[in-house]
Amino acid sequence: MSAARVVKAGMLTTIQDRGRWGLQSRGVPVAGPMDPVSHRLANVLVGNDPDAATLEVTLLGPQLDFEDERVIAVTGAEFEILVDGKPMPMHAPFIVPAESQLRFGARLRGARAYIAIAGGIVVPATLGSRSTHLISGMGGIDGRPIRAGDRLPLGDPGCTRRSAAALAQPVVQLPEGGAVIRVLAGPQREYFSDDALNVLQSAPYAIGQNSDRMGFRLTGPRLSHSRGADIISDATPLGVLQVPASGQPILLMADRQTAGGYPKIATVITADISVAGQLCPGDTITFRVCTPGEAIAALIAQERALMAVET
Amino acid sequence: MSDIFTGSFRVVAAGDSALIVEFEERIDPVVNDRAIAVAEAIQGAAIAGVRDVVPTYRSVAVYFDPLRTDYDRLVAQLREQSQRPAATSGVGRPPLRIPVCYGGDFGPDLPAVAEFGQMSEAEAIQIHAGTIYRVFMVGFVPGFAYMGIVDARIAAPRHATPRVRVPPGTVGIAGVQTGIYPAQTPGGWQLIGRTPVKPFDATRPEAFLMKAGDAVEFYAIDRVEYDRLT
Repeated sequence: MSAARVVKAGMLTTIQDRGRWGLQSRGVPVAGPMDPVSHRLANVLVGNDPDAATLEVTLLGPQLDFEDERVIAVTGAEFEILVDGKPMPMHAPFIVPAESQLRFGARLRGARAYIAIAGGIVVPATLGSRSTHLISGMGGIDGRPIRAGDRLPLGDPGCTRRSAAALAQPVVQLPEGGAVIRVLAGPQREYFSDDALNVLQSAPYAIGQNSDRMGFRLTGPRLSHSRGADIISDATPLGVLQVPASGQPILLMADRQTAGGYPKIATVITADISVAGQLCPGDTITFRVCTPGEAIAALIAQERALMAVET
Repeated sequence: MSDIFTGSFRVVAAGDSALIVEFEERIDPVVNDRAIAVAEAIQGAAIAGVRDVVPTYRSVAVYFDPLRTDYDRLVAQLREQSQRPAATSGVGRPPLRIPVCYGGDFGPDLPAVAEFGQMSEAEAIQIHAGTIYRVFMVGFVPGFAYMGIVDARIAAPRHATPRVRVPPGTVGIAGVQTGIYPAQTPGGWQLIGRTPVKPFDATRPEAFLMKAGDAVEFYAIDRVEYDRLT
């Protein structure tokens, strides 16, 4: 089986498919891409199944040697991309010839890029998914980020169809230093003071240094509880804002645990998850409460943009 | 997407892709049985667009794809499912018996738990092993079962500062809850012993030992027996 060899791993490069769904009742976290839209787009551009495993690159990109010729695409955060020293476009499929090297240069905007390779990365699946979950050490290669010397097994590209399309405009608007993120109130809005949703929207929150794929620790206007900071542990959806006794919220992201005991004031809408996934420590988030109708309209608009690339 | 109250449960939206069915706000086997039964009914109904169903102590989270179903349609289907008689949960089945080597290096907090109950370590072990527990939910890390209800006499509260590393297989108490750490993780529970049994092993055909609703009973073994079973 042909492979890509890892020469340099980059800062934190993990193998991700759409995530390990269906086992949260057994305590298994979903994991999956921090920016699911860019992950799917990368796969679409090289003709892969949308669930195929890609590489999620964080802030500093890898260097990969390819054994055979492959069509690849890079989406998400904007980087300089070079094949044997020649610049390649983002958001468009291109060919990496046999025995040549893909290298990431400077990062321009955004935090996470996705490398899709025609045929996909076919490491063995664990509990139905190839997604790397770092804390439980599951998926990817031995549940860890890739490192120099790894051999990434690649699937048969023959069964994939190269998309002709390059992207006219990005589907995910890359944030520069900060983003406005829309939320819906709940599921435990009644555990907070009456003005808590106004406080949440009153000023930007900074993403702390101890933020990771599991969640973003935020610093900003303090949210007041009205019924204490403990609830009987319940489920923790993607994008939920849980608020411990400190009053400083934690935004739960891809590697979140399946359940938690803090009240949750609001939840990021699905259409804005990918933008949030492009943020990193030092960036800010300005929250805006929206309506369910607005959330669904935004999601449908995003889906239309993705489907336009697929056809 | 307003909250829907019907008698003894309500449905709350958690963003646009999840909803939570909430029952009475207390840790109670009767409430937990309802949550598990509703979760099983939703799972069994194989509703298009539902991605994951997660029962917890007193609620059920339903994760769905909002482009394939919508909140109102889902709530109507949930209401239909909640009318059905409770399906099979663990009640009535014989408890799963789990060996534990209590105390010593394996249970550094056993003396503190005994002191909490103003009793000997042997009595504390007898109480912990003499109770049949319910698995209220599985969460935190793969295969971690939240079990209860621990006898009030040994229900010592968790540590203010969690330990950085708790070895896999360690049995702990946190108030009325007891559980087994399936993997090495940080942990704030009172550590009273260790089991050679693995609650989670991805390489086993049945990766998970326990699920919500199961009954569990611990029994004491000595170090020789522990080593034999490891």
